[in-house]
Amino acid sequence: MRAALDAALTEAAKIDKNVFVVVGDVSPIALANFTKEFSDRFINVGVAEANLVGMGAGLAMSGKVPFLFTIATFMVYRCYEQIRDDLCFQNLNVKIIGGGGGFIYSTLGATHHATEDYAVLRALPHMTVVAPADPFEAKKAVTALVQHHGPAYIRLGRSGDTNVYTQDYEFVLGKSVIMREGSDITIIGAGSILKNILCATDELKKKGVEVRVVNMHTIKPLDTNAIMRAVKDTGAILAVEEHQHVGGLGSAIAEVLVENGVMIPFLKLGVKDTFVHEYGSRDHLLEQVGLGVSHIVQAAEYLCARKR
Amino acid sequence: MTDVGTLKKFRAKIIDMAVRSGSAHIAPAFSCLEIVYTLYTKIMRVNPKNPRWEDRDRFILSKGHGGLAQYVVLAHLGFFSNSLLDGYAQPGSMLGGHVTLGASGIEASTGSLGHGLAMGEGVAYAAKYDKKSHRAFVVMSDGECQEGSTWEAIMGASSFKLDNLVAVVDHNHVQSCGPIKDVLPSFDPLSDKWRAFGWAVREVKDGHNVKELESILKEVPFEKGKPSVVIAHTVKGKGVSFMENVPIWHYRVTNPEETKQAYKELGQEVAIDK
Repeated sequence: MRAALDAALTEAAKIDKNVFVVVGDVSPIALANFTKEFSDRFINVGVAEANLVGMGAGLAMSGKVPFLFTIATFMVYRCYEQIRDDLCFQNLNVKIIGGGGGFIYSTLGATHHATEDYAVLRALPHMTVVAPADPFEAKKAVTALVQHHGPAYIRLGRSGDTNVYTQDYEFVLGKSVIMREGSDITIIGAGSILKNILCATDELKKKGVEVRVVNMHTIKPLDTNAIMRAVKDTGAILAVEEHQHVGGLGSAIAEVLVENGVMIPFLKLGVKDTFVHEYGSRDHLLEQVGLGVSHIVQAAEYLCARKR
Repeated sequence: MTDVGTLKKFRAKIIDMAVRSGSAHIAPAFSCLEIVYTLYTKIMRVNPKNPRWEDRDRFILSKGHGGLAQYVVLAHLGFFSNSLLDGYAQPGSMLGGHVTLGASGIEASTGSLGHGLAMGEGVAYAAKYDKKSHRAFVVMSDGECQEGSTWEAIMGASSFKLDNLVAVVDHNHVQSCGPIKDVLPSFDPLSDKWRAFGWAVREVKDGHNVKELESILKEVPFEKGKPSVVIAHTVKGKGVSFMENVPIWHYRVTNPEETKQAYKELGQEVAIDK
């Protein structure tokens, strides 16, 4: 996704002379085009996340549109108060980009697993939270956020991510995308986990279960209409997220259901209140925490059975 | 009115505002009052009639709990009316216990320590990039020089050679729980720390002496290519004898008897028992 980010930011900088990129000592190689073309609008503050955000706020106070970038866990947790007070409280036009969302850094241990970012960021007033499914969507998300005024977070995957989109579509912040149509159940997800959801959907189809897949790329503001349509059209919802099962996308969907008095078969799959003490590929970790393709299939079948 | 007379009047007004609202950081406002006053009236380029003037110097009160000092100075200069002061920290007021965007002349919301300098750094960086001559002035507490985020910003600003950034540390030597030398013995030498991080440093022996503050602040930047910091030695609670250097006045509000005594010391005839 980093190549997509580089392309989107470079394009944005060509159009808007106020676009800056400020990084916390993450690989300039990932942003090779931007740094080559706009070296005067590229700042590396070093390993100093509080300063990254505070300085970003100051740039925005002077009319700049800074995109701040570092590894997701550092971007979100180390400087959460700066994000809250400097960016959100002042409603400044600063975008924060977290690289390696979820278990992307699968071999690096739990300090590098960004699995609480949706929860803590969606709690902040003014904040927009976006998790693109693939590089194609990441580029669209960055482009959309250049046009959007206010603080926003983008959770990125990593370079080498494969595209889950096979055709072009219109990306609108806060408006989810139906990626597969089906009437038995709706699976809602966001970010890189969409790939697993789509694999599970293919398997379920073989078993005769028709799944609607909703890509809720914007976790905040949440597309509540899409959720209520899923309730009406499919009568069961499975939320899947590469995130703690507390406070994230699944919780946000549950809030919508409860507040609308909806009682349908519903489950949220996520990390069960634990840190992962396991290494290996991201797929291996997803299997370990119950977010593998088979887990999604199983949960969907369980919900469909409850419908009957 | 002389500066001294004006500042006594300000202190009395701050007590009046504290009493009206029932909540305030009086002593922290008293310790930075001359610093804020000197910057606004003698150093910075600001225009109360055009508060968003593009080329204005930017002022950030990083020690947001000292907001009362900024409010009385802004009202004095005509950024907003004196009547706004009377509603301080009361329902519907734009002026809160910590500086918050809203009222004319306020550039940044602060309150949590260790945030202002990094914002000032961003403002200064943008000004340099835009080839503008305006500067960023950040008034800080000494207590917030204990925050790691402050040192991140200190290191960043000197690395970026932001000589259009000026920090003034209101060094009153007392923090919320007591004298700094007792709370954190390794705090000093403060000037050496800033200097080691690449800043041009000057000390002001009496941070309540407007002439001394003015003469030093007029010289910024102290060195080309370096951000400037003024370590101004001040007295927490300055101007009211029973508040000076007494930690409790970090957040305490005067009772009627104390209010009367404070007004007497300040030579003011402000009505009490509001």
